Amino acid sequence: MTKLAFKGRDIISIDELNRHEIEYVLENAAALEKTPRPTLLTGHILASLFFEPSTRTQLSFASAMMRLGGSVLGVANSESSSRAKGETVYDTAKMAEQYADIIVIRHPHQGAARVAAEASAKPVINAGDGANQHPTQTLLDLYSIKKTQGKLEKLHVAVVGDLKYGRAVHSLTTALADFSPHLSFVAPKVLAIPKKYLTYLTERGIPYSEHEQIEDVIKDVDVLYMTRIQKERFGDPLEYERVKNVYVLSREHLRGVKRNMKILHPLPRVSEIACDVDETSHAYYFQQAGNGVFVRQALLGLILGKL
Amino acid sequence: MKAFKVYAIKNGTVIDHVPARKGIQIIERLKLLDHENIVTLGIGFSSKRMGSKDVVKIEDKELTSNEVNQVAMIAPEATLNIIRNYKLKKKIKIRIPKVLKSILRCPNPSCVTNHESVESRFLRVNGKDRPYTFKCVYCQHVFIRSELSFV
Ligand SMILES: [Zn+2]
Repeated sequence: MTKLAFKGRDIISIDELNRHEIEYVLENAAALEKTPRPTLLTGHILASLFFEPSTRTQLSFASAMMRLGGSVLGVANSESSSRAKGETVYDTAKMAEQYADIIVIRHPHQGAARVAAEASAKPVINAGDGANQHPTQTLLDLYSIKKTQGKLEKLHVAVVGDLKYGRAVHSLTTALADFSPHLSFVAPKVLAIPKKYLTYLTERGIPYSEHEQIEDVIKDVDVLYMTRIQKERFGDPLEYERVKNVYVLSREHLRGVKRNMKILHPLPRVSEIACDVDETSHAYYFQQAGNGVFVRQALLGLILGKL
Repeated sequence: MKAFKVYAIKNGTVIDHVPARKGIQIIERLKLLDHENIVTLGIGFSSKRMGSKDVVKIEDKELTSNEVNQVAMIAPEATLNIIRNYKLKKKIKIRIPKVLKSILRCPNPSCVTNHESVESRFLRVNGKDRPYTFKCVYCQHVFIRSELSFV
């Protein structure tokens, strides 16, 4: 691996990482999965600023830091502490910079992580800023794809569900565009992928197709990326009733799919993947979440200049 | 410099090639009525380039770069003529800058700039055969000019 410059860098948006940098993070994650480094970050402190609850992401970052020998300062229940007192992102980040070597922030407002990065001289990792960005989710999605398929290039990936509002889907689509994929978008018309993403793909010569049924594509794909369809997204409740069962994946669907086909999901799932899918060799969503620890370890190690 | 149909000024700034009927917006935007400077507004002059145009003359004032950027958002094709002692000292073709700081308000209600006192910042995005669009540095949404209002 040629060393790429990550030391001191903020990770706010996946668009700021180019293809080589993404691959570099994934290679480091794979190395850490293979060979744990329990003292790599000894003496380093991570400040975990969660202005909204997200147990999975918060624990995953904490686990990543601790598995490398570092410590975590957490604001356990931010709702009742700084945010309720009206402390701004800017001030919270300025404060955290005094106590920690690296800051992880999650906040409901879009752009909050950028504000924290501008406030703090210490590097900041965005762990989700509203509907905007969650770059480590995209990295762990890509890591999971690479791990299960052995490569990122030239895969047929279908994304299913709420493609209009799904942050994970948008970031994954843009990130995958650098790896010559074939993309299929499966969604009800009201939750179709926004045009700007299709324009982005067209400009890059990436083939894609749009569908309304999982059955249209499932036998052809290498990766089936499922997302949740939320009732609140529908103006007309009847419209929701009409589509809700169309996007539930069950064991039935898996007849005749490719052997290597894996099902991913950013979690938490509600009912879009039936439990009988869990025991099949295609289910990968729980391991996918576990992979988050490796990519976060890689990022922490790289940004703190220890990898 | 071409002779204008309104009298020449001794010192100050002439904003030329303002789209017709937009001159008043520049006067309001730059709060020119709040000051003592003599301001002349010419509306609907004929123009080879634009068909019809407005001209705003402000005596004894040169614009700050922030003011120029505000003019650019109203009149992206405008020309600034800086006059010193009746002579054209400098002619500047206005350009929308690459970064617009504290000029535009982000229309996205979930954007952090609408919840905390963060200075707004937009990047000019050049589209193919399209007019400029503007990207909020914070929420990363892209807007067309008509969606954006001033801070
Ligand atoms: Zn914004």
